[in-house]
Amino acid sequence: MSDAVKLFKAPIRLEYTIPAGRATSRFCRGLASGRLYGQRCPECKKVNVPPRGACPTCGVPTEEEVLLPDSGTITTFCIINIAFAAQALELPYACASILLDGADSTLFHLIQEVPVAEIRMGMRVRAVWAENKLASLEAIRHFKPTGEPDALASIEGHF
Amino acid sequence: MRDVAVISFSQLLVDKAEANDAELVMPVVREALGRAGLQKQDIGFTCSGSSDFLTGMPFSFVGALDAVGPWPPIEESHVEMDGAWALYEAWVRLQHGDIDTALVYAFGRSTLGPIEDILALQLDPYYEAPMWPDATSLAALQARALLDSGRLSDSDKKKATAEPPKIVDGAAAVVLASGDRARKLCSRPAFISGIDHRIESHLLGVRDLSHSVSTEIAAKHAGCFEKSPTFAELHAPYSAQELILCDALKLDKQVTINPSGGAQNNNAVMVAGLIRIGEAATRVSNREADCALAHASSGPCLQQNLICMLEARA
Amino acid sequence: MNRCAVIGIGQTKHAQKRADVSIAGLVREAALAALADAELTFSDIDAVVIGKAPDTFEGVMMPELYLATALGAVGKPMMRVHTAGSVGGSTALVAAHLVQAGVHQRVLTVAFEKQSESEAMWALSPKFPFQPPLLAGAGGYFAPIIRAYMMRSDAPSDVGLQVAVKDRLSALKNPYAHLQMSDITLEMVRNSPMLWDPIRYLETCPSSDGACAMILGDDQAAKRALRPPAWIRGGAMRSEPTMFSGRNLVDPQAGRDCAADLYRQAGITNPRREIDVAEIYVPFSWFEPMWLENLGFAERNQGWRLTMDGTTALNGDLPINPSGGVMATNPIGASGMLRFAEAALQVRGLAGDHQIDGARIAMGHAFGGGSQFFAMWIVGSEPN
Ligand SMILES: [Zn+2]
Repeated sequence: MSDAVKLFKAPIRLEYTIPAGRATSRFCRGLASGRLYGQRCPECKKVNVPPRGACPTCGVPTEEEVLLPDSGTITTFCIINIAFAAQALELPYACASILLDGADSTLFHLIQEVPVAEIRMGMRVRAVWAENKLASLEAIRHFKPTGEPDALASIEGHF
Repeated sequence: MRDVAVISFSQLLVDKAEANDAELVMPVVREALGRAGLQKQDIGFTCSGSSDFLTGMPFSFVGALDAVGPWPPIEESHVEMDGAWALYEAWVRLQHGDIDTALVYAFGRSTLGPIEDILALQLDPYYEAPMWPDATSLAALQARALLDSGRLSDSDKKKATAEPPKIVDGAAAVVLASGDRARKLCSRPAFISGIDHRIESHLLGVRDLSHSVSTEIAAKHAGCFEKSPTFAELHAPYSAQELILCDALKLDKQVTINPSGGAQNNNAVMVAGLIRIGEAATRVSNREADCALAHASSGPCLQQNLICMLEARA
Repeated sequence: MNRCAVIGIGQTKHAQKRADVSIAGLVREAALAALADAELTFSDIDAVVIGKAPDTFEGVMMPELYLATALGAVGKPMMRVHTAGSVGGSTALVAAHLVQAGVHQRVLTVAFEKQSESEAMWALSPKFPFQPPLLAGAGGYFAPIIRAYMMRSDAPSDVGLQVAVKDRLSALKNPYAHLQMSDITLEMVRNSPMLWDPIRYLETCPSSDGACAMILGDDQAAKRALRPPAWIRGGAMRSEPTMFSGRNLVDPQAGRDCAADLYRQAGITNPRREIDVAEIYVPFSWFEPMWLENLGFAERNQGWRLTMDGTTALNGDLPINPSGGVMATNPIGASGMLRFAEAALQVRGLAGDHQIDGARIAMGHAFGGGSQFFAMWIVGSEPN
């Protein structure tokens, strides 16, 4: 079996054009203009961000848009020590779930401008926007600490 | 077997959806539940069908699940197949007797990628897929096999073509209920008198493509040959396939084929099979028929086939 | 509902790369082993139910189509289940449903993953439009959950190390297991790179090629089986949304509800006392204590005590993952079914060197997605 074929390459290339969907389009348009919009569920009244057009617990369409501030509290986080392909970030770097003020669900994003060892659950953070804002979450470069006192109580029940 | 019926159906077919998967699924789920007079918490089991390759993203069924609002947590499963097989799984689950209702849905944004090429990835990954035979070329092989079989009349020969179907985006939902619950919720439930599905070899070269052996076996087990359906909804994206299916199902000229227009006019991949069941059931429920046949297919050249017989009962 | 039993079990040798077999060869290796265990052939099988995680892992769309021939399914019903990481478990349950419903007598169920045939990173994280670039991979999703558990439970920081060592040592007794690390120590795990703080490299599962298969049969089929059957005493699935306000990611409600349904079916009121051994889905070592709590083996925030006092060790009072578990072998789509199959092997008394003496009631557990899909079963040496 020394001449057995163990490997051959069969590349697959498929191109898709994917509409973002109604809720995500509006969210992305907001980002391009430096605004964060969530959607409030008509039944449970919770504000979901990013919005997806449906309340995941009630199963009803969500239409009402809520302009949110770009500040919030870290609910939990991790520190990444391995390089991911498309990343040009200096290691280690941190990612966190952030409960935006006025929102009921968390947003996952980068935390920068602070030594990773100082990042804490309950830490207050604010978005740092890109100068050239794309219609995507890349419009926010990262979040950074605000220096306000920690707000552990506000994240109770959010992880 | 326990009596199980289709008690409501909803479908949405659009040339190009501007919705994400959850936004696409939500209207049909809400409409099907509404027509059955049920709320989400009344459902005992939920099952869906879809394929990740339609959107090119893994786990596409996960986001779509938001459409049913699965909270508090629900008993739920998913097949990476046409929704007709999700309906089969739900029918099996209802046989256990501890629950009386099930919600089945399917979705497919089939227009996002090059569907003719995507479907080539259903073939043998070592011997066939690397050559990228497109779906219509494979259907043409089958049409040619049928034409050369010598079994066709001159008028049928004109129909034995492999014109590509019109590809659309879509979603569909069906509510199933058992016995008395079905009768309570629906004035004329479409009872499933038999349902079965069978698969054939993936090797096109070992199959007689002009015959659908698996359809025949499934039909036999679903009790198709003892019934006289008024309508047959056949999941045949290509017209030659419709001829092959009619032959396997021994459908005579009395049977009206695809009154809905069928999958040749509206092929929402992964949804079209479930829609056939919904369409057939609707014709039973609205008294156009006492018995109707629904068929769903999967894989190249009708590799896998499901037959569902629906009927009205006193 | 008809009774259903596991009458045959097979699995492949799991490895980083099974370059010696095709995808069909891999699933057939497991299926033939299961048939041999049951002393049956493909012609005795009424239907086949197959499961795996996303198709993009191998680049084969709906591979049940291509695998029908290799699994002897031609002319039979064949179904394909996909419920993310829990799929191996839910596939077994869908197969069991067919027998329990009285539709079939003997069903072959198979689950597999052959990640080495594709780029797993590509398969899991294509450039998603409208989303931020993937920042951290799977570990980046689960590490914050583990951090939350550590804070909430006040567990000592070496709980994860203990599980990582325990499971790799157990795997040495399982000839099919992928990782065979005879030199593993706490120090070695502690000194391994911190990938996703607080998760170290050796606290994560490997990525494996592998398959698992089972033959499920009804009463009659079980009576005719020459080797002891494992009777299914309960089976349950539960799902909840990925993201919502107030979601408890450490202790998901779907997992709690699934276990409660399972115990009700199996007549279990005190799982810690009544279950002899459990194979639970632990992709990162810290998930052992978290699931011990979610499954009701321990009170909230106390699961780590069972790990630290040796209760969950191979010779403990509640052995968890005597096969080495996901921490030693992780062909994603098959990982859940391996948990179910290993639980069945235990109550059949056929687990070999990692057999727990006198195991009569065992649990198989799988989860997937963002800790949101659950599939579990309880098997016993006797029926309910
Ligand atoms: Zn709501």
